[in-house]
Amino acid sequence: MVVGKASEIRVASQDDVVVVRQAVRARAVEIGLNLVDQTKIVTAASELARNTVVYGGGGTVLLESLLDGGRRGLRLTFEDRGPGITDIEKAMQDGYTTGVGLGLGLGGARRLVSEFHITSRPGEGTQVRVTKWNG
Amino acid sequence: MQPLAREFIAAVREAARDGELGDTTRAEWSRTRDLLADLSRERAAQGFSPTETATFVFSFKQAIFKRLRSEFGSDAETLAEETWTATELFDKLGLYTAEIYQKAREEVIVRQQQEMLELSTPVVELWHGILALPLIGTLDSNRTQIVMQNLLEAIVAKSAGIAIIDITGVPTVDTLVAQHLLKTVAAARLMGAECIISGIRPQIAQTIIHLGVDLGGVLTKATLADAFQVALRKKGLAVAKG
Repeated sequence: MVVGKASEIRVASQDDVVVVRQAVRARAVEIGLNLVDQTKIVTAASELARNTVVYGGGGTVLLESLLDGGRRGLRLTFEDRGPGITDIEKAMQDGYTTGVGLGLGLGGARRLVSEFHITSRPGEGTQVRVTKWNG
Repeated sequence: MQPLAREFIAAVREAARDGELGDTTRAEWSRTRDLLADLSRERAAQGFSPTETATFVFSFKQAIFKRLRSEFGSDAETLAEETWTATELFDKLGLYTAEIYQKAREEVIVRQQQEMLELSTPVVELWHGILALPLIGTLDSNRTQIVMQNLLEAIVAKSAGIAIIDITGVPTVDTLVAQHLLKTVAAARLMGAECIISGIRPQIAQTIIHLGVDLGGVLTKATLADAFQVALRKKGLAVAKG
């Protein structure tokens, strides 16, 4: 269940990646994630936000606080209208990149969060939704 | 305020006399535009809001309308026409102040960004041949390039054999930051210097592992003190109680 107010941030440039990190950190602190989990979700957000800028040509991220029974979570939904990913399985592989990075962003982000969901249609865009639960 | 208002009205009158009322980008409006630009910049610097700035222009509307009414009161059609022309004109001039206001603020932001680049990337010499680079804040690509260059230049200038890169002050180490660090280490190595990365806090260590970044080929330490000790030992030095 989504609790509180969701916030949406535009992700169009490298500077926005910094804004996203700060907003995610603030929300992670607010819902009571411990320091390690805060760092993990902020780092995952940094990777995904940069992907949105570099590969998606810019987009948005939606930040939502979740409540499920006793546990609380932070859900981030990154969306772009870029070229999309033709082979998601390949894109998730460590070391694979069509750019100049290390090719660890997507796979790394998946390992840093509790839930990871990616959908992409070539020519239409990509949506990556991740959730980090406390405990 | 009053002298400025008088000057503004004089400028508008001059432009309107032989000019085109519908297009304020024309040359005869340049004095009016300059006047408003100065006003906007000044007010942006003083912390006025864009609304307050534009209100300076809009506040003339009432007086103008009043004047038009007394002039064309009996001729409803002309009155409506002239009122519309005046409205359009003053709206344009008002929006122009908002535009300049925003530009002035953006200039401030760009200047601050430039200052940030200059800031906070000092390479310090801890001992003969041992350099330290304490990194603080976000490592975006612009800054990282400057940092990397500074370090490599200092390695040459001080003929240093060991450089410690301390990332205690870097809140997020993602794959891009890691890549920059690895490149710096590799470049230093090519120049014959060894790098030690220090200040890897527990949460950063766990995150790096999950990301799958391989720092295996790099000497890392939890604290700058540990790294310094290693550096001294490599040079055959030790800290002893005197």
